[in-house]
Amino acid sequence: MPELTLEDLKRIKEKTAAAMALRLGHPRATITVHLGDCGISAGARDVMQALLGEVAEYRRPDVQVLAADCMGNCASEPNVTVWVEGSEPVVYQKMDRDKIKEVFRRHLLEGEVLREHVLGR
Amino acid sequence: MRELSLHLLDIAENGIRAGADRVAIRVEESSAGDRLTLCVEDNGSGLPEDKIARIDDPFVTTRTTRRVGLGLSLLAAASRRCEGDIRVESIRGKGTRITAAFRRSHIDRAPLGDVVATMEALVLGNPHIDFCYTHRVDGEEFVMDTHDLKKELGGLSLSDPLVWRRIAEAMRRALGALASGSAPSLPLEDADA
Repeated sequence: MPELTLEDLKRIKEKTAAAMALRLGHPRATITVHLGDCGISAGARDVMQALLGEVAEYRRPDVQVLAADCMGNCASEPNVTVWVEGSEPVVYQKMDRDKIKEVFRRHLLEGEVLREHVLGR
Repeated sequence: MRELSLHLLDIAENGIRAGADRVAIRVEESSAGDRLTLCVEDNGSGLPEDKIARIDDPFVTTRTTRRVGLGLSLLAAASRRCEGDIRVESIRGKGTRITAAFRRSHIDRAPLGDVVATMEALVLGNPHIDFCYTHRVDGEEFVMDTHDLKKELGGLSLSDPLVWRRIAEAMRRALGALASGSAPSLPLEDADA
């Protein structure tokens, strides 16, 4: 029966311990991917996958990625809300794998809001 | 939806919005019976009876952000299109179990798709919820229970992408072996070794 064994988990603990030591006390940014049925149909799972890849790639455990329900703006899905400590939340619309990577790199890492992708600008 | 795993994500998210703190997802494939069955069970607030009776109606929803509820009606349509059916069992205050069956070889059946990506979105997007994923193919079974994983990981967070990446790699290997019918000898090999 295929399963995750205790040995697998021990290995995972050892390999990630060093990276986890860099974790800050609390998330400094939260990115919420809206995973209603409309968002999922429009590609929100791909967006989330790409986003989580960026968080892992850039070793940014201080960035929290969460799922949430539809915001009611189904026509602009996939919608993603970005909150950075000390700033107002920004909702990005019609995200895809490439756009969310751009949002991550420019907004999260460099602090620049990508106005062309903001909902209701 | 283009993959059945997207339906799993959608139905599981519904359970979470209904206040569940534990969601069990089961996928069962039977070659002999030519069936594929998806089951999502949560311990949320349950569905009102009038909503259950009208699951085929996309204009019925419990949400307040909009007036249509496409998810469950899409799953019902997908299963019925493939000589299957959907069953919704719900007890108010206790939870909901949704079971959708398909003829596995039906030409219109969408592929199961990337269930690891679905579990990734669920587990990482909802760090305070426990998920149990069970996948059975002709009697062989894979189980991933985040409640057990969290205990074993001790101080590490399962929802951290760095930790999850390794869990996902192991899950992909195990599910690949399950699909090919060659249950691997374990422990699973380490991709980085």
